[in-house]
Amino acid sequence: MTAVTDLTLAEMRAGLRAKDFSAKELAETHNAAVEGARALNAFTVETPEIALAAAEAADAAIAAGDELKPLAGIPLGIKDLFCTEGVESTAGSNILKGFIPQYESTVSARLKADGAGMLGKLNMDEFAMGSSNETSAWGNVVNPWRGKGNEALVPGGSSGGSSTAVAANLCPGATGTDTGGSIRQPAAFTGICGIKPTYGRCSRWGVVAFASSLDQAGPMARTVTDCAVLLKSMCGFDPKDSTSLDEPVPDFEAALSADLKGKRVGIPKEYTIEGIPSEIDALWQRGADMLRDAGAEVVEVSLPHTKYALPTYYIIAPAEASSNLARYDGVRYGRRETPEGGNLIDMYEATRSAGFGDEVKRRVMIGTYVLSAGYYDAYYLKAQKVRRLIQQDFEAVWERCDLLLTPTAPSAAFAAGDKLDDPIAMYLNDVFCVPASLAGLPAMSVPGGLSDDGLPLGLQLVGKPMDEQGVLNAGLALEQAAGFTARAEKWW
Amino acid sequence: MSVDADTVRKISHLARIEVPEERVEPMAKELSNILDWVEQLGEVDTDGVEPLAAVIPNALRWREDKITDGNVQDKVLANAPKAMHGFFAVPKVIE
Repeated sequence: MTAVTDLTLAEMRAGLRAKDFSAKELAETHNAAVEGARALNAFTVETPEIALAAAEAADAAIAAGDELKPLAGIPLGIKDLFCTEGVESTAGSNILKGFIPQYESTVSARLKADGAGMLGKLNMDEFAMGSSNETSAWGNVVNPWRGKGNEALVPGGSSGGSSTAVAANLCPGATGTDTGGSIRQPAAFTGICGIKPTYGRCSRWGVVAFASSLDQAGPMARTVTDCAVLLKSMCGFDPKDSTSLDEPVPDFEAALSADLKGKRVGIPKEYTIEGIPSEIDALWQRGADMLRDAGAEVVEVSLPHTKYALPTYYIIAPAEASSNLARYDGVRYGRRETPEGGNLIDMYEATRSAGFGDEVKRRVMIGTYVLSAGYYDAYYLKAQKVRRLIQQDFEAVWERCDLLLTPTAPSAAFAAGDKLDDPIAMYLNDVFCVPASLAGLPAMSVPGGLSDDGLPLGLQLVGKPMDEQGVLNAGLALEQAAGFTARAEKWW
Repeated sequence: MSVDADTVRKISHLARIEVPEERVEPMAKELSNILDWVEQLGEVDTDGVEPLAAVIPNALRWREDKITDGNVQDKVLANAPKAMHGFFAVPKVIE
């Protein structure tokens, strides 16, 4: 018999209702899987008792014949960027070690209100800054997939704990956050699905801020349908977030359809970049064929400013980060370092020097520089103007098509340590993800196939603002056509 | 190199991040590499282009001017590295 942890979220939901297994059994099996997978280092904190409490509530509702909440008894992983009441939340940083939020983020509260349990907090790159989950204060997360020579691979980042936990069947779904690819690239590296909705769909309240004009939460799961289920619970207007969109949330799952007749899918020619492995291009081509087979018309389109997206992002995101991370001053929460005989400024500087890791320091310094007197216009304002041009590229392209298809990342998962010494090589991981982030567009990664080395590769779909449904539907078509069922062989 | 050692010292103070002297030169090189790379934006003609700050159009909302939160001093101080008499405690600010 299949282990309950191997089921999809939708199958777990059905199994609970059919009484094939109890929510308690589901929670206990997942708790055991989490405990047994510590070699992957996906969790920063395990909360088996919280998962069990949600399961008991679900079982009681089932026994009483009550109407079940949408996620009743479903155990999830929550990225450590989300503040969770009473449970340590660190954003992967030493500066927040020991921080116990007195409140719950809106997104995780919505999942709980819908009946979900929490298995624990998921490891991540420090303050979501990274593409390989090698910058966490909690240590590297390990991809359940291994390289050709059995070497350890990175799970992508920054939602690397989320991608590994879902791919290793430690949870059927997890929250991720995406500022410049942090849901989509790790999903691609581990052979799972992940969607970043339109900027403003998910409340940012209670999510540790990185770059506020870009940060968006979204679900990661093994199937497109499971993403649709979780997305519905996570989205919705929140007066506590000034950029939250006051728009109705569709029933994404009910409206799923893999029939793409009448849809036009654009292939942006600028996403063909030099040095990209031919297997990525080949996968992209196959993806276009799959969408054509599903009824879509495939057209070539142009997004002329694509090559400037990454440098634009690496001005705007660090600038916003330097401002957001100013709050870590050792006064109100988190770590404090008090040098002997030092004053308040000495305390700030020592606290931040000891509490932040190298990549965070680098980005805060870059952000401080580009915002400093004399450089603001040349860097920050310039980047905001180029961001406008990038957004206008997308607006123009929507005259010609409904969706875009691109690869998610320029490679499959790479070995730990491979890109650590070269920040720009690391940043290039997100070259295909960042443009949609800058334009605030919904975008999803779906597994498209395996690389020559047998590793998962992802395809990215980008949609018009608010058209998560269109993205999910095309994702479903890809999922059905690709028939991606490969899973990492268990070694942990 | 767009960033020299003095600039690193200046930025590190602005950012309130202490950079040990032996890290100043390497940091200057790292930051310069990144800034030299983003310099390519100079190629883009942005004359007359409005800077983009809010990516999805969304007007800021008004709300009634009334207190909706508060009386949670214990919670506010719960994570303070040091708190005394209901306040955050910090090293001496005024000599």
